[in-house]
Amino acid sequence: MNEQENQCNSVRSTATSSPSPCGCCQQVIQPAKIRSTTSIITSANRFDHALARFGWNRGGHRVEPGLYQLGKPDTESPVFASANYTLSFDALRSALNGRDSWILVLDTKGINVWCAAGKGTFGSDELVRRIEASGLASIVRHRKIIVPQLGAPGISWPEVLQRSGFTVEYGPVRAADLPEYLKTRTATPAMREVQFSLRDRLVLIPVELIHLVLPMVVAAAILFFLAGPVAAFASVAAVIAGTVLFPALLPFIPTRDFSTKGFILGTIVAIPFGVVFSGTLSLPLWADVSAGLIPLLVIPATTAYIALNFTGATTFTSRTGVKKEIFRYVPVIALMAGSGIVLGVILGISRLAGVI
Amino acid sequence: MKSSYGENTLEYFPERCINCRRCTQVCPHQVFAEGADHAALVHPSDCMECGACALNCPVEAISVQSGVGCAWAMISAALRGKDMDTECSCGGGSDTCCGQAPDTIHDCQGK
Repeated sequence: MNEQENQCNSVRSTATSSPSPCGCCQQVIQPAKIRSTTSIITSANRFDHALARFGWNRGGHRVEPGLYQLGKPDTESPVFASANYTLSFDALRSALNGRDSWILVLDTKGINVWCAAGKGTFGSDELVRRIEASGLASIVRHRKIIVPQLGAPGISWPEVLQRSGFTVEYGPVRAADLPEYLKTRTATPAMREVQFSLRDRLVLIPVELIHLVLPMVVAAAILFFLAGPVAAFASVAAVIAGTVLFPALLPFIPTRDFSTKGFILGTIVAIPFGVVFSGTLSLPLWADVSAGLIPLLVIPATTAYIALNFTGATTFTSRTGVKKEIFRYVPVIALMAGSGIVLGVILGISRLAGVI
Repeated sequence: MKSSYGENTLEYFPERCINCRRCTQVCPHQVFAEGADHAALVHPSDCMECGACALNCPVEAISVQSGVGCAWAMISAALRGKDMDTECSCGGGSDTCCGQAPDTIHDCQGK
């Protein structure tokens, strides 16, 4: 299927009798459907938000793209753009409580505004297409559309203006600031700045943890049979340190690089295990030292790797910086984890062979 | 150890700036500030290379190699033998990533 047909199909569901952008689907004369919505967040909505937070059915938390009316908007009412991800759409409509407005939902495949803008699905093309398909130009008299600031990495306002006649006005980062913003239609510097507060970080923990539960359980089970309950607990501790403690403590751990933060946190968690492993088995000195070194090598490596992978969940890491980190620290992480595992294998074989 | 985040690909050509202030509106980290006759680049090292300023500058006074700073996406691209820079930041498919965060959170972990 070529690009034109793609475009044609996506227009088909909501197209008006306005000229089609591709010239290949003239038979489409469905009137633009305007859906209604409210500012009420129901318990079903909240349950859906909770599932999204736990990573359940990712990509499935969607609303229908298209034009919505909130309250009783008229030809002068403001138009807001949003993504078809329930958390994005619900944040917008609840912030607009009591204001008659139009909401134009872009098809971002169930992805939030900022990430979709980064991928280009919340972008100039889709915005222009939705403006045309909804017949917005005949629904409102003004030519302004308020787009969330974080949609800007996907939107080129000069291009949207040229292609649709609508001027993009960038609203605040957070939908919750909209009532304040709408008083003057200007955003304060604070409204323009992305935060990464403790709350913002804590809500990410469930999904971080869920991603690693299975590997963690497998590692713990293997270690339980090979090296006992304390070793099994060590693998759980390493994963909890990376997925729970790391996001919670992010700004308080020294250094700026995520890998080094992870090494520091992992080493702190590893020390008690090192002490326990080196002192309890009454082995020869070399074996005692090796046993104590294993957690000090493997746990910080694990935590650092999980920490490095948290970069994508944050609000401030640049691609250049993350790439630099990968080349600097992934070899160190691999070397530490590898030598820890080799030491463990040597100790295991020595034990089986009766050397220690 | 020196931070990996000191340098980035952001470039600003103030002589081209027409002071439309769009860059100060779209930057999420206040890298640009309003100036008397052109925008001022005040915190270049805070740039996360999201690309919003360059895309919204009508006179190409800003350039940046935009991309998502997500180690998971880059490592998995490298492991699959793809180019770390050009591969879609989040794996591409509609059911992959970026799903759980609200607009204020930049989550691209497509695990």
